[in-house]
Amino acid sequence: MKAKIIITPKKAVLDPQGKTVQTALEHMGYQGVTGVHVGKYLEIDLAPGTDREAARRTLNDAAHKFLSNPVIEDFRLEIE
Amino acid sequence: MNFAVLQFPASNRDQDAVHIMRFLGHSANYVWHKHTSLGNADAVIVPGGFSYGDYLRCGAIARFSPVMQAVKQFADNGGLILGICNGFQVLTEAGLLPGALIRNRDLQFHCEHIFLKTATFDTPFTSRIPAGKPLRVPIAHGEGCYFADEETLARLQANRQILWQYCDAAGELTEAANPNGSLLNIAGVCNERRNVAGLMPHPENASEAILGSTDGRVIFESLIHSLQTRPAVSAA
Repeated sequence: MKAKIIITPKKAVLDPQGKTVQTALEHMGYQGVTGVHVGKYLEIDLAPGTDREAARRTLNDAAHKFLSNPVIEDFRLEIE
Repeated sequence: MNFAVLQFPASNRDQDAVHIMRFLGHSANYVWHKHTSLGNADAVIVPGGFSYGDYLRCGAIARFSPVMQAVKQFADNGGLILGICNGFQVLTEAGLLPGALIRNRDLQFHCEHIFLKTATFDTPFTSRIPAGKPLRVPIAHGEGCYFADEETLARLQANRQILWQYCDAAGELTEAANPNGSLLNIAGVCNERRNVAGLMPHPENASEAILGSTDGRVIFESLIHSLQTRPAVSAA
């Protein structure tokens, strides 16, 4: 069982990495890219048989308190 | 006075912080991150470096060190805490200071001398700084761009919690003098209670003539003066 957490910079936060990657894509000739946001991706292994809802609550708490910084980042949690 | 200087794995300005407090005639001791007590500290310095390798986010892991519980308690009791560079990042991550420090606007690590305008003088960290004198101190960081949402920025301004801003040699807050893209040129802030402060520049590396500038010394002198004129706060 796996959880995936995708962390992205909040829209209002300056994202110089995303901007630089976007500019590089344009220079390479890739057309139609109107925005790039560079974030983080965490893959978390969970013990087999873990209760899905309990895991969601726990990881939601961890992502809010520790894995992301709510001042500058948003996160999305997926459990598969 | 006795200063506690925290040590996390990969702190690297801890010795500079201890050195400058001893150089100024005071006692300073290292406090290891696994300790749960600050001993008999009168004030705490959270030094610069790359605690825990800057993994996840700068300061994100250090804030959960056992010693940070004691630091929080000390802050709640009104104790004076100064975070420098990575120490500033740790204090924002810990929620002891508002805002966050993100990647420099130009994605470059900046290691250079800059000028600081002191914006607020009625704090324990700025009271001895001469008005109108830009301080020439070094910076050394890749993630020092200060960010806070508009509401927080408005509150910082209303409460005069912005302590230092990047300026030019004449003291003007210009875009060119802003090395990292910080909002409002913010280099350092304090909390609402005014007992916790953080800044990205390194005053401890600009407090002796041999290092090319002594401008940073007034920040420590402010702190010392404040400790000498206020009731003692017990460390946890």
